[in-house]
Amino acid sequence: MFFTYLRRELRRRKKAAIVISMGLALGIALVITVNSVSAGMSQAQGKVLQSLYGLGTDMTVSKAAAAASSTSGQPRFNFGARDDSKNQSSDRVMVQGFETLKSSVVTQVADQTGVKKAVGGLSLSVIKVSGTFDRGTFKQNQSAGGKPGGGGSGAPQGQVQGGGADFSINSFSVYGTDVANLDLGPLTSSKITSGKGFTSADTNAKVVVLDKSYAKTKKLTVGDSVTISGTKFKVIGIATADSGDSAANAYIPLQRAQTLADSKDKVTTVYVQAADSKKISAVKTAIQKNISGTTVTTSADLADTVSGSLSTASNLATSVGKWLSIAVLIAAFLVAALLTSSAVNRRVREFGTLKALGWKSGRVTRQVMGEAFVNGLLGGALGIALGLAAAYTVTAISPTLTASLGSTAGAGAGPGAGGGGRFGGAGGPGQQAASKALKIALEAPVSVNTIVLAVALAVAGGLIAGTFGGWRASRLRPADALRRVE
Amino acid sequence: MYKLSGVTKQYSRGKDTVHALRGIDLVIEDGDQLVIQGPTGGGKSTLLQMLGGLDRPTAGSVELDGVDIARLSETKLTKVRAENIGIIFQSFNLIPTLTAQENVETALVPLGLKVSERRSRAAEALESVALAERLHHLPGELSGGQQQRVAIARALVKKPKVLLADEPTGALDEGTRDDILALLDGLWQEYGLTFIMVTHDSHIAKRAPRVATIKKGQITVSDRTTATK
Ligand SMILES: Nc1ncnc2c1ncn2[C@@H]1O[C@H](COP(=O)(O)OP(=O)(O)OP(=O)(O)O)[C@@H](O)[C@H]1O
Ligand SMILES: [Mg+2]
Repeated sequence: MFFTYLRRELRRRKKAAIVISMGLALGIALVITVNSVSAGMSQAQGKVLQSLYGLGTDMTVSKAAAAASSTSGQPRFNFGARDDSKNQSSDRVMVQGFETLKSSVVTQVADQTGVKKAVGGLSLSVIKVSGTFDRGTFKQNQSAGGKPGGGGSGAPQGQVQGGGADFSINSFSVYGTDVANLDLGPLTSSKITSGKGFTSADTNAKVVVLDKSYAKTKKLTVGDSVTISGTKFKVIGIATADSGDSAANAYIPLQRAQTLADSKDKVTTVYVQAADSKKISAVKTAIQKNISGTTVTTSADLADTVSGSLSTASNLATSVGKWLSIAVLIAAFLVAALLTSSAVNRRVREFGTLKALGWKSGRVTRQVMGEAFVNGLLGGALGIALGLAAAYTVTAISPTLTASLGSTAGAGAGPGAGGGGRFGGAGGPGQQAASKALKIALEAPVSVNTIVLAVALAVAGGLIAGTFGGWRASRLRPADALRRVE
Repeated sequence: MYKLSGVTKQYSRGKDTVHALRGIDLVIEDGDQLVIQGPTGGGKSTLLQMLGGLDRPTAGSVELDGVDIARLSETKLTKVRAENIGIIFQSFNLIPTLTAQENVETALVPLGLKVSERRSRAAEALESVALAERLHHLPGELSGGQQQRVAIARALVKKPKVLLADEPTGALDEGTRDDILALLDGLWQEYGLTFIMVTHDSHIAKRAPRVATIKKGQITVSDRTTATK
């Protein structure tokens, strides 16, 4: 009788049932959408961080920023001025951020309690300047060698008259990878899609793995070779970054990188994996305290520096989206409760009659609760369908968001533009990599938790409505069977 | 057997107090038929509610077979209603979404019978009111007289001791009225019920063996059988 009666009543009050269910559905759909978009946002942020850090890295250790360093580290180029306008080329290999730590710090970090693993790496910037340089039109100061590039603070050392210099600047980033510990560090966020990756035998090999997009613009493939500062490296593999944005343009064995940059036993960054991901901040404190002169950056620190449309959207989703869905849910609960109790008001005589027939109050209440509960479930099912549809739509469209990571490396001057000469630059020079702007496609993954939450909300909505109506029904008396209503 | 002593019912709404019943003393023997008549607002329906255990008097006692149902706990009173009292209303009070058979079944729900037994007893009851062919019809698909027959079947399906009727023919035309009255008379005798019927209709009252008149909450009983003897 319970189910027959329930079914019939729901069919009879189809409109109210639809309104109640739709209201709940809307609220629940919003909850699912907001939740999954938020999850997508943090996933996107995770990708941004991952592209810098690689998989499994909980924090990085770098040298604490020193007071504005001297200009000594800035690149200089020496070109011999010639009469024959011959093409000249020169590479400058710089350590990114100009700050390094001793390799011994890596073991020191690894020895800290709570550290599972620590791997060092050396980030380099290579600037290749090549072009022609015509003496005839260049009036230099007494000395034989002109110095067109002088560094930010340096004044031009000569004057170009009539413009005989024509050269291009090409800069790219190189990351020295610890080939003995390949499971941590930036390269882990890329997959080798062509050729092969490093092996522990490559400790000092003249081999390079190129980032796919860099290889593409330079038209390089596996088997080709790349010359960096006079050393010829063989391309053994092409790596594709999971997030579409790689940490470096080229990866070479750490020892080779140290040799190139003249930074023996030096690293720029130590990638740290904590033993317990819940104790990251404790580990951070320990490292900073026990190893002087280091700065520890956790993913959380880095996430705070994420700006751009990603963080705007993420804030929007967590604030506006959350409140909107809460407001809609409350409204839906209220509507459901009001409609349910007004339905009870219209059935005063019906319920009175049932009580007069000897139905226990509880049975009548259960009937009303049951109806409201089913409305809640219908709303929940509809809401989950709507929410899933919305989440899948977001994923299908996958709107592109940009994320800028605040510069964490020390500021350094880029190569100065010397007097005269035409610079045909390809790729921005210097510290560019320290502040990254990434494009991330937004997805809205729906987690099981979200679905469970939605179901719980639907049930709660039904129960709240049912409680209102059931309470009204429980207070009806059998004498209400004689009430003249309708 | 009903034994009412000093049954008083007051309805208070704010400052106003309506004295619906003012000290009713009444005895109704098992198997008796009593017609209650009187002017509108006199307290007929209120008295019927006291008899049916639908409401409790403000003062006085309503004994049914020696038990004062005015003082029973809600649970026990509900049980009394479920087992002993059949009731029919002027406006039938059928559940619009349930079929004739299901409506009759609702009276058996509190008795905790097996579904199959509930069904067959409901079908039997409908047969006894000549509605065997309309088991699966909704109230909206039945005429007023047929609806009242369903209500009668619902009242009697539990085989109650008492049948209470509040203006059972009030919503029916004359022809149908007589059918229903004849049916009720027949069932009263067949089941040996205590049958108490409220009516406006003096035509009905005239035929009744025993008539109680309620005016302004006070009752006078004229026992025709003894009076004419
Ligand atoms: N629930 C209630 N609240 C307040 N007053 C009530 C209530 N029920 C009945 N009354 C009042 O009690 C008095 C008796 O009402 P009752 O319904 O018993 O009259 P009745 O004789 O059945 O009238 P009718 O012939 O019109 O059905 C009336 O004055 C009525 O207004
Ligand atoms: Mg009345």
